[in-house]
Amino acid sequence: MSTGRGVRNEKWGAMPALIAAAVLLLAAILAPWIASHAPDAIDLAGRRAPPSMVHWFGTDDLGRDLFSRVLFGARVSLAVGILAATLTVALGTGVGVVAGWAGRWIDALLMRVADAVLAIPRLPFLMIASLILQPGVALLIVLVAAVSWMETSRVVRAEVQSLASRGFVESARAVGASGWMAIWRHILPNVVPTIAVATTLAVGRSILLESALSFFGVGVQPPTASWGNMLYQAQATMATEPWLALFPGAAILVSVLTVNALGETLHAQKGSDSI
Amino acid sequence: MLVFALLHAVPGGPLSVYLENPGVRPEDIERLSRALGLDQPVATQYLRWIGAFATGDWGYSLSDGRPVLERMLERAPATLELAGASLVVALLAALPLGIWSAIRRGGWFDRAGSVVALAGVSLPVFWFGLVLQLTIALGLGWLPSSGRSSAFDVTVADRLRHLVLPAIVLAAVHAAAWSRYLRASMIGILSQRFILAAEARGVPRSRVWLRHALRNAAGPLLTVVLLDAALLVSGAVVTESVFAWPGLGGLFTEALSRRDYPVLMAFLMVTSIAVIVLNFVADTVHRSLDPRTR
Repeated sequence: MSTGRGVRNEKWGAMPALIAAAVLLLAAILAPWIASHAPDAIDLAGRRAPPSMVHWFGTDDLGRDLFSRVLFGARVSLAVGILAATLTVALGTGVGVVAGWAGRWIDALLMRVADAVLAIPRLPFLMIASLILQPGVALLIVLVAAVSWMETSRVVRAEVQSLASRGFVESARAVGASGWMAIWRHILPNVVPTIAVATTLAVGRSILLESALSFFGVGVQPPTASWGNMLYQAQATMATEPWLALFPGAAILVSVLTVNALGETLHAQKGSDSI
Repeated sequence: MLVFALLHAVPGGPLSVYLENPGVRPEDIERLSRALGLDQPVATQYLRWIGAFATGDWGYSLSDGRPVLERMLERAPATLELAGASLVVALLAALPLGIWSAIRRGGWFDRAGSVVALAGVSLPVFWFGLVLQLTIALGLGWLPSSGRSSAFDVTVADRLRHLVLPAIVLAAVHAAAWSRYLRASMIGILSQRFILAAEARGVPRSRVWLRHALRNAAGPLLTVVLLDAALLVSGAVVTESVFAWPGLGGLFTEALSRRDYPVLMAFLMVTSIAVIVLNFVADTVHRSLDPRTR
């Protein structure tokens, strides 16, 4: 059949994605030094200005520099994405390990809970929960994780089940390793590749969830700028000032694309390792 | 059950609206809450609520006082129309993309396809909608930017023109995901021996691909499509709000801005039930299509 079989095809995405991820993270961390203007400096004379050499991304209805706001927005959006993903995967791994190791009714119970949460549509549920709870950024992270851990827990559970029956875990138990010891020393290290893939994918999804919530006005609240709530504010004046909508959205797309590409590469490498 | 717990978390409870009304005395509120059964234990309330829901008593909308069920039923057709259209659009995009990528695995089409698909699943849907509105509707003027039909010109062609952009936006994510899924399962099947045997017998290639490979890949794809179909309805929340599409998703975002909890909860219940039902259907279909799982 066709010729291009082999690892080349699976690995081509690694470098660009890694570089893009590094650039994004650096931009967020170094925002105060890179930004051409203060993100909340109001300049009423220069409001609603289209992109130019002075204001690369243009200015908003208060004359604030959009490029600087997108940079500072990166801090909030990326932090929410990364922290929510970490919490998601920590929860998912915890549930997965306990369910896979304990088995029996604990397993059945935990997996039914996962099924139940999976049945509820994520975004509408989060929107209602945020409307009721009016969360700050910290609670928002917890909420996103609370509706996202199930997929990780399923994958980790399956992996723990198959590992637990393998020879090296059984022999560790036979020479007297306690249950926790076996999990810590023998199971968890083998689940790490799975966890890594799950984390990168969760970062992308968390960024999307946060931005969608903020887009509907129930996520991160102004004056804290996130990419989602910048879009929320841009929506009304989109016909006359399209740049206000274009740039924050493009920032979301680029970030999510970057972590998803990373995740795909990790996944491909994991596959070739285990064969 | 989670929906019910959320309902209980509403600060002040369902009667909090009356707390701000000076004409309502505290003892009135007490009487009301007894009449509504709010002094009963939570478990009793839960059973009653489920019972009421099952018999079609979904409460009354806080914004216009009409029954929630009635409001949702009048919005449902628009959402089903949009979801159906996106399903068709997504399949029309995913099938050729997935099949051709699998056949020419590693070629330029496959690589370009994988980049497009990755971008597709990474798209912030609301932003994609805004961009299409800006470019195709406002910039080029080819298609209307919002609504389900024009005010005075309600022809089939006009309805279709309104349908195109929202359907594409709602379909994008699924088209990307399904094409990758189809590609992966086609590749798995194309490497099996019966394909080699068919080729050796001199069956034409196109026939091998479509008759032998696609047929076997279609079952698993159908399962995934059914599982995702429920997401089309909840995904409609975003798309309908961007395009002012008068469906259930639009009703949901309206209710969100008015804190109309009965409508919000009913939407969550309906979509959750849709997920469970479609899961069940997908399971059944999967089992009946694949003799190995019987």
